[in-house]
Amino acid sequence: MSGVHGAAPGGALGLDRDLVSPFTALQAMAESSRCLYCYEAACVTACPTAIDIPGFIRKIGTGNVKGAARTILDANIMGGTCARACPTEVLCEQACVRNKAESEPVRIGRLQRYATDALFTAGVQPFARQAPTGKRVAVVGGGPAGLACAHRLAMLGHEVTVFEARAKAGGLNEYGLAAYKMVDDFAQREVDFILSLGGITVKTGVALGRDVTLTELRQDFDAVFLGLGLAGTNTLGVEGEDLAGVVAAVDVIAALRQKTAPPVELAGRRVVVIGGGNTAIDAAIQSLCAGAADVVLAYRRGSAQMGATGHEQDLARTQGVVLRTWLAPRAIEGMGGAVTAVEFERMVMEGGRLIGTGERVTEPCDVVLKAVGQKLVAGGLDGLALAGGRIQVDGHLATSLPGVYAGGDCIKSGEDLTVQSVADGKAAAFAIDAYLKA
Amino acid sequence: MADLSSTIAGIKSPNPFWLASAPPTDKEYNVVRAFKAGWGGVVWKTLGEDPPVVNVSSRYGALLDGNRGLIGFNNIELITDRPLEVNLREIAAVKKAWPDRAMVVSLMAVMTEEAWAGLARRIEPTGADGLELNFGCPHGMCERGMGSAIGQVPEMVEQVTRWVKNATRLPVIVKLTPNITNVLWSAEAAKRGGADAVSLINTVNSIASIDLDAMAPTPTVDGKGTHGGYCGPAVKPIALNMVAEIARNAETHGLPISGIGGIGTWRDAAEFLALGCGSVQVCTAAMVYGFRVVEDMIDGLSAWMDEKGYRTLADFQGRAVRNVVNWNDLNMNFVTKAKIDKDLCIDCGRCHIACEDTSHQAIRILPGDGKRLFEVVDEDCVGCNLCAHVCPVPECITMHPQANGLPYLTWPEHPGNPMRVQPPQAAE
Repeated sequence: MSGVHGAAPGGALGLDRDLVSPFTALQAMAESSRCLYCYEAACVTACPTAIDIPGFIRKIGTGNVKGAARTILDANIMGGTCARACPTEVLCEQACVRNKAESEPVRIGRLQRYATDALFTAGVQPFARQAPTGKRVAVVGGGPAGLACAHRLAMLGHEVTVFEARAKAGGLNEYGLAAYKMVDDFAQREVDFILSLGGITVKTGVALGRDVTLTELRQDFDAVFLGLGLAGTNTLGVEGEDLAGVVAAVDVIAALRQKTAPPVELAGRRVVVIGGGNTAIDAAIQSLCAGAADVVLAYRRGSAQMGATGHEQDLARTQGVVLRTWLAPRAIEGMGGAVTAVEFERMVMEGGRLIGTGERVTEPCDVVLKAVGQKLVAGGLDGLALAGGRIQVDGHLATSLPGVYAGGDCIKSGEDLTVQSVADGKAAAFAIDAYLKA
Repeated sequence: MADLSSTIAGIKSPNPFWLASAPPTDKEYNVVRAFKAGWGGVVWKTLGEDPPVVNVSSRYGALLDGNRGLIGFNNIELITDRPLEVNLREIAAVKKAWPDRAMVVSLMAVMTEEAWAGLARRIEPTGADGLELNFGCPHGMCERGMGSAIGQVPEMVEQVTRWVKNATRLPVIVKLTPNITNVLWSAEAAKRGGADAVSLINTVNSIASIDLDAMAPTPTVDGKGTHGGYCGPAVKPIALNMVAEIARNAETHGLPISGIGGIGTWRDAAEFLALGCGSVQVCTAAMVYGFRVVEDMIDGLSAWMDEKGYRTLADFQGRAVRNVVNWNDLNMNFVTKAKIDKDLCIDCGRCHIACEDTSHQAIRILPGDGKRLFEVVDEDCVGCNLCAHVCPVPECITMHPQANGLPYLTWPEHPGNPMRVQPPQAAE
């Protein structure tokens, strides 16, 4: 893949500049005409929320843009965020049959954004609630899984209370995605749109385990949905991790999104990001946006094994991030209590196993951003069964406790993506509805 | 390089590409630009008797595809709205400056010999190479008893043609309207009247679209609209058929034809020439893209002729006429089947759903290696071509005639025809 399709002109990204410029009406029309309206289209299969992609693109082509948005949002209430943040290059656009003959997929993500933006601009809530059921459901976590679940439950006539630990709802859409993917406060506009359906009350600043327990929620509500996300961050487990300047990448991203002071000064500094996922890429690029002198992203395996897609890796390179692979952190060196360098060991793959070569590589730096994954914080779960460090669920997203369902990053489903969380939240809502009506 | 020079009804031009009588040929300025661009000839926009007509504001409607590509075009413009004297002076000047180009002048008048003969006599001294009688304009002029009002009545076509022929030594081309039930009636009438050639088609009566806010046809003139003349790529199939009907009809066979209707490329032109046309006339393509489109028309036609070994237009002119037959002359025993190239297939599924929903359920889906495998069920395939047309990949679905050893058998001879004229020879 060469270059970054649709990247805003002018080279370097800024913290408030759109990564990809929105389609104009003319672009949307031209691009929609490229869709072949496939039968049982591969792009739909590739979408975790199974949006009727040929259907919505055809609607754009006929001028029924709000109808297109409704088609999208009916399948994926966070179609607006997904249009911006989805790694379409490995999902719908990767599956587009236009790749086969032309190596150029229909730009589904940008078309989806065009349609959903039009609806948001018009301030239309295209959904209505069914007759009240009198049932009350608690949703823990106001992220993509929780809000998607809450929206569908409210549509089905239930009353929903969302408990969110942070100051704002939106979850990683609000706190975890790079600013250049979510300009103009889009995450909050989307939350407002979802809540405008009615039937959903959001209580922020309420954390499970701290302010409320699962036992209490089960007593007070007819059902509970857990969309907790992964609130903890993994550590590197190496010496020097407590030095000043060594912080979790997610905390830096959250601060940049909230326009508050990051936990570490970035301007003019040499930054090493450790990790290979989208969080690592987002943190690396945003560090440059925030004025870092240079940014090295180090990953213990190769490019092909990175969680970040090739498209994301290209984006990082284009913005000036140096990607270094096959480097595993072994120690963080410091002086006077502050980080001065990261010592890596060069790794190789032998017989399918990642092993160290013994060769040491030192990368001098002032800041280390850890992006080696997040983990479930299991407080307040009151004996709920876990599996592999996540909440255990069955095929209907039911947990080990009756009436308690879970979805999103806190369960082990598909990819740790907004779109997967939305798919979980919607599926759980239907499962809860069936449970409540049983 | 192939020789593209054309002669039709004695009118010579360096190539067969003429601009049709229309806005692009309304005045000296445009026509000189056209000749500079390479057009082989023009039919000057229709002249009428003074005082000149008055045109309305907003004149064109369009049928666009999803990407704003033009499928069809329509207009409600009348004939030239400039004084006759001005047009005649400019025609003479242009012909003098461009003697090798065909200069045909279109004319229209009310149904009197005096009017038609008078106009023809005024035009002749300009040095024009021929006249084209406008019997086709389907809007405005017909309400005044002109244009298609004449073209739709074969007796009037014959009468006017005769009047003009009697009044001038110039070759007379009769332009036919498609807004009739059978184009042969007017073509035969033109021939009876002495026409040296016919040109067709004029525009098709049409409403381009309805403006759903104004609740009025487009183009909209102060809230109202009227039917206009439809042209552009969409009308080419209609034109090809009418040309073919005239070319293969015994009474009109051999009557020179100037082909008109949706010609936008050299390939379109070659098709009309293959049906017997001696020249082709273009309007919409020039109005959409400018006169420069003629460059590829000339270049492309020439390259294709070189490739095929045709040295002159006559080498292939009319070659397709003999293969245009009545349905009743088709071979009922011919069988062709679709074949899908699985390597070229991009797995869109359009062939399947088209066949499944609307045809013969003859394309099945098999699980393939990384993509679905679409396979034609030969027993169910009737060779209709639908799949080949809806496939987005050229040459992915191809049609393959099946050798079955059966004789050529027409419907009139077919055993399934209760009215068959002769029973098939029984096989012992």
